Amino acid sequence: MTERPILEVEGLAAFYGQAQVLFDVALVLRRGEVTALMGRNGAGKTTTLKAIMGLVSARARKLEFAGHSIAGLTSFRIARRGLGFVPEDRRIFTDLTVFENLEVGRRPAPGGAEPWTPERLFAIFPNLAEMRGRRASEMSGGEQQMLTIARTLMGNPKAVLLDEPSEGLAPVIVELMARAVNAMKAQGVAVLLCEQNLAFASGVSDRAYIVDRGHIRHEGSIAALSADEALRDAYLSV
Amino acid sequence: MDLSFLVVQFLSGLASASSLFIISSGLTIVFGVTRIVNFAHGSLYMLGAYFAATLIPRLLDLSYGAPSFWAGVILSALAVGVLGVVMEVLLLRRIYRAPELFQLLATFGVVLVVQDVVLQAFGPQDILGPRAPGLRAPVEIMGRRFPSYELVLIAAGPVVLGLLWLLLHKTRFGVLVRAATQDREMVGALGVNQALLFTGTLFLGAFLAGLGGALQIPKAPATARMDLDIIAETFVVTVIGGMGSIPGAFLASLLIGQLQAFGILIFPKITLVLVFLLMALVLVVRPYGLLGRPEAPAGAHAAAFGTPLRPWSSTEKGIALVVLAALLALPLLGDVYLIKVATEILIFGLFAFSLHFLIGTGGLVSFGHAAYFGLGAYGAALALKHFGVPMELALPLAPIAAALGATLFGFFIVRLSGIYLAMLTLAAAQILYAVAFQWVEVTGGDNGLVGVWPAPWASTRLVYYYFTLAFAAAAVLGLRHVIYAPFGYTLRAARDSELRADAVGIDVRRHRWLAFILAGAVAGLAGGLYVFLKGSIDPSALSIPVSVDALTMLLLGGLQTVMGPLVGAAVLHSLKDQIMPLTELWRMMLGLSIIAMVLLFPKGLVGAFEAARERFAGGGR
Ligand SMILES: Nc1ncnc2c1ncn2[C@@H]1O[C@H](COP(=O)(O)OP(=O)(O)O)[C@@H](O)[C@H]1O
Ligand SMILES: [Mg+2]
Repeated sequence: MTERPILEVEGLAAFYGQAQVLFDVALVLRRGEVTALMGRNGAGKTTTLKAIMGLVSARARKLEFAGHSIAGLTSFRIARRGLGFVPEDRRIFTDLTVFENLEVGRRPAPGGAEPWTPERLFAIFPNLAEMRGRRASEMSGGEQQMLTIARTLMGNPKAVLLDEPSEGLAPVIVELMARAVNAMKAQGVAVLLCEQNLAFASGVSDRAYIVDRGHIRHEGSIAALSADEALRDAYLSV
Repeated sequence: MDLSFLVVQFLSGLASASSLFIISSGLTIVFGVTRIVNFAHGSLYMLGAYFAATLIPRLLDLSYGAPSFWAGVILSALAVGVLGVVMEVLLLRRIYRAPELFQLLATFGVVLVVQDVVLQAFGPQDILGPRAPGLRAPVEIMGRRFPSYELVLIAAGPVVLGLLWLLLHKTRFGVLVRAATQDREMVGALGVNQALLFTGTLFLGAFLAGLGGALQIPKAPATARMDLDIIAETFVVTVIGGMGSIPGAFLASLLIGQLQAFGILIFPKITLVLVFLLMALVLVVRPYGLLGRPEAPAGAHAAAFGTPLRPWSSTEKGIALVVLAALLALPLLGDVYLIKVATEILIFGLFAFSLHFLIGTGGLVSFGHAAYFGLGAYGAALALKHFGVPMELALPLAPIAAALGATLFGFFIVRLSGIYLAMLTLAAAQILYAVAFQWVEVTGGDNGLVGVWPAPWASTRLVYYYFTLAFAAAAVLGLRHVIYAPFGYTLRAARDSELRADAVGIDVRRHRWLAFILAGAVAGLAGGLYVFLKGSIDPSALSIPVSVDALTMLLLGGLQTVMGPLVGAAVLHSLKDQIMPLTELWRMMLGLSIIAMVLLFPKGLVGAFEAARERFAGGGR
């Protein structure tokens, strides 16, 4: 018998003011699995993550995390249940040092798990170790991306909503991001990964959804998606 | 003027800078995290002073000595901190998402409530505090006597700055506060309970206000006016320093302390004018203060107040005509007293209408609109009293004087937006208030100018009523015309999206400046009509409560219709007329009513209306 997924979403609708941008979105994220949410710019990837996280006005038939409904909870309660969020615009606290940024994210680990510490995170992101006392405003875009992931991991989440970590980064840094995703997976952290970059997503993910204009259009293994040219042309390539 | 004098002057400048910093740091921390400018910060300061002035003597009776004194100071500040928590839990927590205008109004409601509470609890007399044991004798500095307590104050500022630095950098609470100052939503998404963080922040901010008040006690008595006196200065410090910046507040306090210490030698009476000049200068060079950072443009906030984009429907035209007819017929029904009240309502309605134009169409949320009402009133009164100009010529001078003032202040004000703008308008009004209060030879000071009567032909209540009605109706129709002319459409476009308006080549600043001048002129006309009705004018016409009255009228009357300001003026004025003679606690009643209105309609009346409509349409979620 398979375990229940860590995150289950059904019938999710989201709104900006009067405008509806998500329609009946359904997806599941299984424990310890990396699932990609693919789609073009403006398809609704970020909104899906924010709606799950309680950051935009939304309603859902079912929104369950780790077996409990998180519908209508404020985002800090959702985060405390063990759902981490890495925003695409990073939202680093630029007035704070690298170390202080990590401190903001720090939450106790659930029983048994080995907690993430700055040292363990510095092992994944060596650049951060060198800058720990510096203000985050002095960091490059790639370093900020590392910091935003590390900051969320400091909360010892069971699952992470990771929004376009490869966007606008140099190939070497993208490589580091892939290592980070793999490290999370190795720790048993499930990842819902929003991406437009199929090469990156297919390297780290197990399964994939495609979202387009606020609707889920496809679900399957990432290998199947990589192989299906028609699907890619319809929903992914520009 | 010898060197020792300058040194002593410098030292007393440092001492007042310290006090100012301690108070302002609290305001700026609270603003940084909650994005609320707490009008009641001055009230917390006043409470700190009253607590200390009553508590410390008792402690000194128990055991005379420095420890009792300082324990009393800290206990008073802690008590005020607890009141800050109460305020956060009961009120602020409910309005974090409300438009900033409503936040300011709600915290001003607290100001009114605290004023009456203080009056009831401590009585109307000023309370002289004890002097600090061990620091009673002056010290000698270069042959001059200098109060030793001031030396302690000089040290207190930097000590508080240092302790705040430690708190904000070396504790988890402090790191979270700094993070939330930058991006509170993200802090929440990382699992931090914002409610607790905000409560803690309010405790800290209120504690600092209370500390400032308590430390003041050996220097000056606790008085019932100190809340509004200090709040304007505190606003100026935070605006010059940059909202949310503690080092900025320190720097600005130092500047202002010295400016006041030495400014007194140049302009003995109106040092506030120098302070304003400093603020204006800083804001022109650095619109977000010395160490502040830019705010996101606040389009949506002002828009909550917006006038709808359509001209009058035929029903509304009908209503307007009926109202006008009723106003014309009113003297047939009423006695002299009713006619006087009706005249007052027309005048305040006109005043409120000019503010409605400024906020609803111009998107400029002014907290000092009384400045232009008062300028008009004083302009007409001065022309009549000092130059013997007859009413027929003095009255047109009212809008002109107000427009000139609005041109001057508006030049600076339209460079800002959002909360900076609101605070600068308030500070501008306080400057004029101080000038009217202190320039006794010209303005008559506290007593004001009396015997400003209309020309004989207009001197009966009845004629003056029609006279007022004619001007008010003409001004309202004229402004309406402007609202729906291209100028008005442009203003609204800029209100809804400054960036977009800029992008299509609209000179937003110039349009807003013109709107500010126009609104000022109409407010000045109302002021001119007012002074000839009353026959006198005093500085209270320029005071913060008058500005807030106008805002309350808008809140009461509903924001969408042209009749709104008139209805609001009628409701508020009649309430005051009825309630004030009945109870000593009318300020508390007014304050609680304002708070209740803001809590019931946190998104404004328009928002409440739209929410209701949405619910009816089945679109609720
Ligand atoms: N703050 C916002 N206000 C209004 N519409 C928005 C906002 N953010 C995104 N949208 C709209 O919602 C849709 C989905 O956007 P988003 O979820 O950001 O897409 P993606 O992350 O896939 O690029 C887009 O059409 C976008 O224009
Ligand atoms: Mg996105």
